[in-house]
Amino acid sequence: MTGLLVLIPIAVAMGLAALVAFLWALRSGQYEDLEGASQRIFDEDMP
Amino acid sequence: MTCCPPGEHAVVDPEADAIETDGAALLALSRRLGDGTRQLEFAVPDAHCAACIRSIETGLAELSLVQSARVNLTRRRVRVVFDPARGSAAELAPAIRASGYHTYVLDPSQDDSGDPVLRELIKALGVAGFAAGNIMLFSVSVWAGADEATRDLFHWISAVIALPAVFYSGRIFFRSAWRALQVGKTNMDVPISIGVILATALSLFETVNSGEHAYFDASTTLLFFLLAGRTLDHLMRERARSAITNLARLQPRGATRVHDDGRREYLRLDEVAPGMVLELKAGDRVPVDAIVLGDGAVFDYSIISGEAAPHSISVGGTVVSGAANLFGLLTLRAEKASTDSFLARMAAMMEAAEHARTRPRRIADRAAALYAPVVHTIAISTFLGWGLLTGDWHAALLNAVAVLIITCPCALALAVPIVHVVAAGRLFERGILMKDGAALERIAEIDRVAFDKTGTLTLGRPRLVAREDDPRSAGIAAALALSSTHPLSRELAAGLGAPASIAGPIKESPGHGVEATIEGANWRLGSAAWCGVLAGDDARFSEVWLSRDGVVQALYRFEDTLRSDAPQTVRELGKMSLPVRLLSGDRAGVVRSVAAAAGITDAHGELLPEEKVTAVGDGRTLMVGDGVNDAPALRAAYVSMAPATAADIGRSAADFVFTGERLAVIPFAIATAKRAASIVNQNLVIAIGYNAVAVPLAIAGQVTPLIAAVAMSTSSLIVVANALRLRLKGSAPTARGILKETYA
Repeated sequence: MTGLLVLIPIAVAMGLAALVAFLWALRSGQYEDLEGASQRIFDEDMP
Repeated sequence: MTCCPPGEHAVVDPEADAIETDGAALLALSRRLGDGTRQLEFAVPDAHCAACIRSIETGLAELSLVQSARVNLTRRRVRVVFDPARGSAAELAPAIRASGYHTYVLDPSQDDSGDPVLRELIKALGVAGFAAGNIMLFSVSVWAGADEATRDLFHWISAVIALPAVFYSGRIFFRSAWRALQVGKTNMDVPISIGVILATALSLFETVNSGEHAYFDASTTLLFFLLAGRTLDHLMRERARSAITNLARLQPRGATRVHDDGRREYLRLDEVAPGMVLELKAGDRVPVDAIVLGDGAVFDYSIISGEAAPHSISVGGTVVSGAANLFGLLTLRAEKASTDSFLARMAAMMEAAEHARTRPRRIADRAAALYAPVVHTIAISTFLGWGLLTGDWHAALLNAVAVLIITCPCALALAVPIVHVVAAGRLFERGILMKDGAALERIAEIDRVAFDKTGTLTLGRPRLVAREDDPRSAGIAAALALSSTHPLSRELAAGLGAPASIAGPIKESPGHGVEATIEGANWRLGSAAWCGVLAGDDARFSEVWLSRDGVVQALYRFEDTLRSDAPQTVRELGKMSLPVRLLSGDRAGVVRSVAAAAGITDAHGELLPEEKVTAVGDGRTLMVGDGVNDAPALRAAYVSMAPATAADIGRSAADFVFTGERLAVIPFAIATAKRAASIVNQNLVIAIGYNAVAVPLAIAGQVTPLIAAVAMSTSSLIVVANALRLRLKGSAPTARGILKETYA
């Protein structure tokens, strides 16, 4: 049981971190041009 | 990247609008960013690869006024932030064209950046996905046999995650269900909302009372699947909408007024009053119905009435709004206000047609209307049956909720939109843009097709079809044609070889032609009368003559040519047993000859817009048209298509818009829609079959949360997999090739 008390918060926290990361990516506009992002990797000089 | 080396070719846009070169107008359009910089968005419809991004962005960045330029390849737009103090905004569009891409500025008032609905959907999807994943973790442990205290703990943690998630992600469905109920209707969201809310409430009750079963995983997984379907559906419509917005060229919505003292003033369209004297540049469209002053003029009526040949109107004649001025500067006297003008009358007629039409309810709504009452009756009967027979009202409630969860129309709600998304993707690859799924349902049911002529069956622009000349006169004709903006001159300049060099000045006479003095002789290019020829007026052709001191040197004939695959398309539609009709506003003789060439026997000419509306009203007609005069008929028809080159009003009236020059996309769209309809039906059968198996189990009280989770996911996956079959058959040419062709 004590193991659970440690592991469960860790699992939930990791899930939450992923959710926060997703929302952050969404807010910073990373989902606005998926096609462009997939093409930009071909050019070394581009940001 | 071999697809298009940067800077390979510079684009000369023949339709380069005044607005892109007018720095002041661009500045007025641009959005202020606060720190003195401005932002403009340009459409770049043929950008498609990494090299395209690079050449456009570096081309713009070289300008001193540009602070940043970023291409959005998904929307095919480039957003430019610039400092107006360091240069003119008029440099921007030429810089993009110099990189080899067509471009035009977009109206920021229609800017929809960020799309709030999509954002809300994706956020809700993210939250539901997080909740479903984490709760499933605990649910699996419970199913694996976690004992009492641990199970309670897991249920409590699940509840803490599920409640806010259901509240946050579910409100999209709750809102829509509530709106439907308020007006006394049901839609698919009503059973979804009832199922999710009851399942969550019951699970909470069980958790508080240390019950054995909680359905938190079911309610969040359900929301996740449903939101995934809805997000895809929204993305599909958004992509089509954004592509269609890109097509709409920004046109000045106003007119230049000439005051009595010669002062010029730019007025908004609604400020133009009858009696005002207006000035119109070559290529501009007539803003309101007006009377021609000055020398008389020539107008392009093709988009108004379907007539291919240019219209000459002499002094005092009336010209309707929407007609394009083909020659030099022109003065008009406004006769009607914009609200009484031709374009406004067409818009009103379009609206009337929209109201008069009864369209079938969408398949999903029809299914939901049948489904919801049945499901809720079964759930209530289960509850009463168990309660009355066993006296155990707790078990009765559990079983009734299990029925609701099992029947929660996850598969049903996914069955239709997923197919539409896949079909829209197929159509998009072939250059067909679909505005929404309802149009796909309707186009599968049509029983006849009606075509407009000019711009639809034909290309809507003159092509050089016959020439009588010699190399020397061809060179001079090319040189003279190059100096004029008349559509026939442009076509001639493109069709002839290298122009001869002419030393003297070239003079253009509006309505007649151009002339120049070469080696002492007076050369003229233009109409028969201008060149001193008395020619019979052959209605089928438009003619351009070349004369030297009044002696004819060359003759060029132009014809509005049929799209190359029109006859084949008509035959193909015939094979699908869809009778084809031709409805045109053009003269009967021209209509007959085009109909004969295309293989259409049922042709009608000289139709008024009202008559077109009546003509498409019978049966289930697919109307294909492009002109302003077609717009009401496009709305009135059961379903409609317009080429990308159509008038704005026609394009916005149509359900589908196709790019490219091929009409073969029409039978393709119909065939795809029919396949989609049959897959939708299969999916509905699968969804109902699943219910037929699972509901008796639920009524019998055999559905544990584990079985519910497995059954729901499986049925949804089967429906999605079935929809994906639509992609398997045949390979489609890429959108890229078609786009290139369109803008080439």
